[in-house]
Amino acid sequence: MEVFFTILFFTAIWAAVGLGGPSLVSKEHQQDLVRCIFLLTAVCCWLFWLCCYLAQLNPLIGPKLTQDTVRLIAKAWNHPITEG
Amino acid sequence: MGSLFRSEEMALCQLFLQSEAAYACVSELGELGLVQFRDLNPDVNAFQRKFVNEVRRCDEMERKLRYLEKEIKKDGIPMLDTGESPEAPQPREMIDLEATFEKLENELREVNQNAEALKRNFLELTELKHILRKTQVFFDESVPTVYKSSAPSHSSNKYRRLLQMADNQNEDEQAQLLGEEAVRASQPGQNLKLGFVAGVILRERLPPFERMLWRACRGNVFLRQAMIETPLEDPTNGDQVHKSVFIIFFQGDQLKTRVKKICEGFRATLYPCPEAPADRREMAMGVMTRIEDLNTVLGQTQDHRHRVLVAAAKNLKNWFVKVRKIKAIYHTLNLFNLDVTQKCLIAECWVPLLDFETIQLALRRGTERSGSSVPPILNRMQTFENPPTYNRTNKFTKAFQALIDAYGVASYREMNPAPYTIITFPFLFAVMFGDLGHGAIMALFGLWMIRKEKGLAAQKTDNEIWNIFFGGRYIIFLMGVFSMYTGLIYNDIFSKSLNIFGSHWQMSYNKSTVMENKYLQLSPKEDYEGTPYPFGMDPIWQVAGSNKIIFHNAYKMKISIIFGVIHMVFGVVMSWHNHTYFRNRISMIYEFIPQLVFLLLLFFYMVLLMFIKWIKFAATNPKPYSEACAPSILITFIDMVLFNKPKEPVKDCEVYMFFGQHFVQVLFVLLALCCIPIMLLAKPMLIMQARKLANVQPIAGASSDAETGGVSNGGPHGGGGPHEEEEEMSEIFIHQSIHTIEYVLGSVSHTASYLRLWALSLAHAQLAEVLWTMVLSIGLKQEGWFGGVILTCVFAFWAILTVGILVLMEGLSAFLHTLRLHWVEFQSKFYKGQGYAFQPFSFDAIIENGSAATEVE
Repeated sequence: MEVFFTILFFTAIWAAVGLGGPSLVSKEHQQDLVRCIFLLTAVCCWLFWLCCYLAQLNPLIGPKLTQDTVRLIAKAWNHPITEG
Repeated sequence: MGSLFRSEEMALCQLFLQSEAAYACVSELGELGLVQFRDLNPDVNAFQRKFVNEVRRCDEMERKLRYLEKEIKKDGIPMLDTGESPEAPQPREMIDLEATFEKLENELREVNQNAEALKRNFLELTELKHILRKTQVFFDESVPTVYKSSAPSHSSNKYRRLLQMADNQNEDEQAQLLGEEAVRASQPGQNLKLGFVAGVILRERLPPFERMLWRACRGNVFLRQAMIETPLEDPTNGDQVHKSVFIIFFQGDQLKTRVKKICEGFRATLYPCPEAPADRREMAMGVMTRIEDLNTVLGQTQDHRHRVLVAAAKNLKNWFVKVRKIKAIYHTLNLFNLDVTQKCLIAECWVPLLDFETIQLALRRGTERSGSSVPPILNRMQTFENPPTYNRTNKFTKAFQALIDAYGVASYREMNPAPYTIITFPFLFAVMFGDLGHGAIMALFGLWMIRKEKGLAAQKTDNEIWNIFFGGRYIIFLMGVFSMYTGLIYNDIFSKSLNIFGSHWQMSYNKSTVMENKYLQLSPKEDYEGTPYPFGMDPIWQVAGSNKIIFHNAYKMKISIIFGVIHMVFGVVMSWHNHTYFRNRISMIYEFIPQLVFLLLLFFYMVLLMFIKWIKFAATNPKPYSEACAPSILITFIDMVLFNKPKEPVKDCEVYMFFGQHFVQVLFVLLALCCIPIMLLAKPMLIMQARKLANVQPIAGASSDAETGGVSNGGPHGGGGPHEEEEEMSEIFIHQSIHTIEYVLGSVSHTASYLRLWALSLAHAQLAEVLWTMVLSIGLKQEGWFGGVILTCVFAFWAILTVGILVLMEGLSAFLHTLRLHWVEFQSKFYKGQGYAFQPFSFDAIIENGSAATEVE
């Protein structure tokens, strides 16, 4: 569910940029060019984000960390290592 | 305003101008810069044209102005450049201008001549002054020096005599030198007279001069020299030269002539030097007063020259503009035809249709200005020629258009890739260059140039590299901004990661496991939260030293192919716009559709497989969709195209990702293969058929489709008249087969070519990381105050390498690869680029290019 909403959220943001962006630019400029620029930007950026998101959605491998890194992460990111 | 998507519609027009009004009208058109004139007398050489005299006069004026400019620059007087462009003066004003320049030039030349003569005089006097002063010293010194240095080996008469002189002289030895001389000379056996010459020579010539004297006179002369400490000014070219004073003693007339010849040969200037000290003193006095007089005169001359030049400097730029405009107008008038009655001039020109009104308005203004009563006539002509390609750009789109034009100017009215390039270019660049830090440096540099645009543009430089950077400031800025975005997604900032949202990987290992194992791999099943890091790469991958690259490679290779295939599909869709615009139904059905189908069924299908793999396979899933069963997309694709039987999967896994995949794949490949003969044969066959039909029953007017002619010729506005020579049938077949082979093989190689996105981005990330671990981390590991000092040095080194290698060199390399991806992989799908650029007659362009442009014309 969280995944669905995240995708929806970012899609909405980029859709807003792509569709609403041109209205921020004054009308004197070449309207179709401005629209094309915003639309392309939105599509590229959205797809780039989506690919990155989906690539990590179902990881097939996990990160391989050194012992030092594990201990550092435990400290810095506040994941205390369980005793035992 | 026309749009950038296609070049402007152009019309060939005929322009009738009344002789009196022609000059003013052309001047107005030049200010406008929207008309490209054609040469109507191409066989007439440059010297036989009508206005060759005027052009020559302009050349002469320009020469005078250049002379003035040179003189002004020599004096370092600032030239006033208001940046405004005065209107082209009336033809009758030309005479005034000529007179002004003539007067100025003559005045300046006269002043220069006077100044040179004065300076020469001054130089001579100064040299003489120095000679008098130095020789005085020689005469003063000669006694003790000779006295000391008179070794037994020096047995020449001269030395002996000087020695004797020294014996006798205690006071006023100069006075007695000659007297003594006379006395000695009268003695028997010593009847030779001791003479001397004094002069000045360039310091660097002195050693060879001395050697030559010694050899030529067999050591019988005595040379003394002294440097003149202050450099003297050469009057001819104003250089500072160092000179030395010399004095040569010798015996007899024969030696005298020889010495004089040698002096002449070495360009030494000789000066008369009186022998008696009293004369010398008197002469020195005279010289001093004359020098003073000369100095005042020289100062006045210089002042005058300066005044003349300062006055000229105020107007010089203005004059240049005026003269260049006049010259350009007459050049243009030379392209025109004179009609039979000699009353009016006929011109042919290309005009953008949208600006027809503006041009007519300008012509009317010109007529009014010249006071002519007959209005000029601008007539549209029918033509079968290909019009020039004119894309109206502004300061933002200009650089992008230049990138496209560097490959080839678009054919007339062809789809222009420039508007799409504005985003896709910086974006594909950023995929390779993705790093928040490096992107920020680049974006800030671009932003700085954009903010300081006016100031930077005003100070024109010849520095080519700077001009390239400045011209591409908007590209650089956009590349930087997109690199920041992709850097955020890659989660790379100077090869480190940001942990904004908190990693979505947990650690479930307990203490003993951590302590016992050197490496620990987190399990995607238990340690992963189930939802990915919301924006970009999870920062955990940055610290996973040993398998970060494996994960990144899988991800980056996939996005390269995904973006590549979409980019190519986009290119093919562009060709659809071209076919519909040129009403080229055959190409549309038998080229565009099979091309698109081929690309979609094979390569876009592969892209879909990637997404399916991402979504369907997970470590948490049971088999056959667990991580162990995930198939390789590349192997699947190769098996699909070659109809291979896939390898037996691991136990409990399945070969295919979804039901019916095998059937779908076979179908897709067969359909794609079917597209190849269609692309190859359909179009030429249909053309052949149409031609046969046309031969059998010649119908009036060619059929509306472009079957019978070249593809791009029959635009809707090109006029449907008789086609140019028909291509040979065999040629059409060859063209088509080349085109097809290129496309089919190209789609494979181009897809692979997009992997450069992955390769370069990997290289960039790795280089940044190497730079961090090998350089900066050394500084960071130091401790104490000394560590601070080391860190400062190391940081400077790291910063220089970062900017120099990672931003500049890597940026350049990524830029070139992006350029290639656009030129080859993208534009080959739809862009012909066989047009020629519209070069309007424009004063701005002419003045911008300076004199070079007008001279080339």
